Amino acid sequence: MSEAVPRIAQIPNLVDLFPDKVQPDTRPGYQGYLVGREHLLEVVQRLRDEYGYDYLSSVTGVDYLPEGKMEVVYHLYKTLGGPALVLKVQMPREDPRVPSLVPLYRGAEFQEREAWDLLGIRFEGHPDLRRILMWEGFAGFPLRKDWREPYFEEEAKPFKSRWPEGFVFRAEDRNPFGDNVQYPPGFDPETWTPPDDEAIYRVLKRASEEDDLHADTLVVNLGPQHPSTHGVFRMVVSLSEETILDLKPVMGYLHRNHEKIGERNTFLQNMPFTDRLDYLCSMSNNFGYALAVEKLMGVKPPERAEYIRVMMAELTRFLNHIFAIGFLLNDLGAYFTPALYAIEERELILDIFEAVSGSRMMCNYFRFGGVARDVSPDILEKVRRLVYDRLPRKVDEMDEFLTRNEIVRERCEGVGVLTAEQAIANSASGPVLRASGVPYDVRRAEPYSIYDRLEFDVAVRYHGDIYDRYLIRLDEMRQSLRILQQVVRDIPEGPIMTGKPQYQVRVPPGEAYGRVEGPKGELGFYVVSNGKPNPWRYHVRAPSFINLTSLVDMARGAKVADVVAILGSIDIVLGEVDR
Amino acid sequence: MTGWGILKSLWVTFKHLVVTYIEDLRYGKRRYFTPEGVEARRSSDVRGIFTVQYPEEKLPVPEAFRYLPFLIYEEGPDGEKQMRCTSCGICAKVCPPQCIWIVRKNDPQTGRPIPTPAAFYIDVDICMNCGFCAEFCPFDAIKMDHDYEIASYDRLSEHIYDLEKLAKPVTYYASIRPTDYALEEAARAQKGSAKKAETTAG
Repeated sequence: MSEAVPRIAQIPNLVDLFPDKVQPDTRPGYQGYLVGREHLLEVVQRLRDEYGYDYLSSVTGVDYLPEGKMEVVYHLYKTLGGPALVLKVQMPREDPRVPSLVPLYRGAEFQEREAWDLLGIRFEGHPDLRRILMWEGFAGFPLRKDWREPYFEEEAKPFKSRWPEGFVFRAEDRNPFGDNVQYPPGFDPETWTPPDDEAIYRVLKRASEEDDLHADTLVVNLGPQHPSTHGVFRMVVSLSEETILDLKPVMGYLHRNHEKIGERNTFLQNMPFTDRLDYLCSMSNNFGYALAVEKLMGVKPPERAEYIRVMMAELTRFLNHIFAIGFLLNDLGAYFTPALYAIEERELILDIFEAVSGSRMMCNYFRFGGVARDVSPDILEKVRRLVYDRLPRKVDEMDEFLTRNEIVRERCEGVGVLTAEQAIANSASGPVLRASGVPYDVRRAEPYSIYDRLEFDVAVRYHGDIYDRYLIRLDEMRQSLRILQQVVRDIPEGPIMTGKPQYQVRVPPGEAYGRVEGPKGELGFYVVSNGKPNPWRYHVRAPSFINLTSLVDMARGAKVADVVAILGSIDIVLGEVDR
Repeated sequence: MTGWGILKSLWVTFKHLVVTYIEDLRYGKRRYFTPEGVEARRSSDVRGIFTVQYPEEKLPVPEAFRYLPFLIYEEGPDGEKQMRCTSCGICAKVCPPQCIWIVRKNDPQTGRPIPTPAAFYIDVDICMNCGFCAEFCPFDAIKMDHDYEIASYDRLSEHIYDLEKLAKPVTYYASIRPTDYALEEAARAQKGSAKKAETTAG
């Protein structure tokens, strides 16, 4: 009897299930299975429907230039928990085509567009395969290994021009135009009009002819320069009177090709760059990246470092959530009173980060196998006073301040609903997923660091509206404080680093996917090493980027004034969306 | 009852408002424009207003604070600057945005390198204040500064710092980071005595 019950943590042996369609990935340091592209849809559909792999976490591509191959890498999970099932599809570089998984998992939509945009992999059957981060008409695919940026100097850092004959120059002085824009041949920026706008307007749903009132459909651009979008983010909506029929997010205004920069950097040099992804939560970003590289290197941080890491990650979660609540209220029109109350608490936490790492926001605090500096007893005392005394009081105050407020409830309850099925299919993660009734938290589903030893509950709410996304952040702040109290109580003495600090770490060849439960959701880093000092591939599964897939489901049928609040409740940071 | 929630919310803001004045009365003149008052406004039991009136008031930075690197020199017996830097190039290699440029000095006769920099540049527009250079320097020669007020009128002429602008005395370093300085000096003394013991024994 018990044999028939599938064990959650067990990965099915795909070779037995799909003979001659699937083969194990036998390259040293690699895991998972290689699937022929003609069998991909069939295999994935069965995995989803029969084996419970209902959550497509990450889709990305890798350019294996020396072998003349492209590869698409899929990370599938069960929302019940357990490790990843990694699938890969290989294809020749000249003919990078693969069937799109959007019909099975809508969450693949943006990620496949990203892989098309940056690597030129064509996803057949994708409903809207346009560039997403770069602009339409951009020349080339920047993440391909043979693509070079306008300020290109060398394939990999450190650059030879810096030492021992480092005669300084400015990169822009070497560029005859004085800027870093590269145009495709025959392109005239003076006469060019962006074709992607046309494309967006065309695919937007309009009011149907049979409508009683024959109301005209109105297309409105919210953003990119709009204070409610928390940065430069644009939403194109089609409206029937005030009701939203369809919505298309447009992003990429802050795009800097973080991943290409990451592949030019050495492994360690990447650490401060991860700070700049979600610039509110640099500690969590460090955490995810450190985990991925440590998996490859096979090192484990000492006990004290683990405690410090969790302490920093939970403080980060607290400050992110209190900040998100404050700014959600800004979006609702309670201009800056709740936000400033939130910033006060954030300020005290940032003081701790500054004392520990040297910087308030760009912490750059984690190292492979530990952390950069020890936490002194007086800083620990400060944290203790905060987490035992002040912060619990302030969460309660926030609760008293907002939760029962009729205006907040009127604006939030029942607005922007995302059902559990939609949330899973859209690969939503973090508070967005859990507010829709799916108790999925990486800290519990696949515990990392010392989370398996800590006592806390996975917060979950069931309505999936803005109000629940607000409440869940309050719940999670309380759980974070619970974790912090345990950490501060139990933190052991000892070293903070395994081995000696090195500036050139040796990373054996292979791949690793490190993921953490960041404040915004599942933050994953996919790193491929070929044994050189620089990563061959470095990919970020950015939670705010993928959570935006759900925006259209939440916004459809809502009023245009609510979109601002809905976007605020997803809690995005454009530094991470656009990367 | 409808409206009760709003009243409660308003009560919270009202309390915040009143507490500000209570705290002002309680502290009196000490609350603003005194180091004590600034410290009180960032402690974990602060109530009332948090605002620090920059630039009249400034938050003191913690010792770990990092903002732009500088090079340490020691003053020789007749006042000349002895750079600690040996131009080994580790900082230039570890620098993530590659903003450090070092020209190694060569002996004019033999052409062999001398362990001191001929030129040292940091493009402060590019520096991302990560602190790796200071962290991995084996000679404690490059350290992160505390001075964050570096605005200037012309970026093209002033934002590439050269050796002269980067060099700061070791006493300055000791003043901004006393704990780190004491630890490093102790380690050096130990290393030095170990070396001495080795040479006398050998």
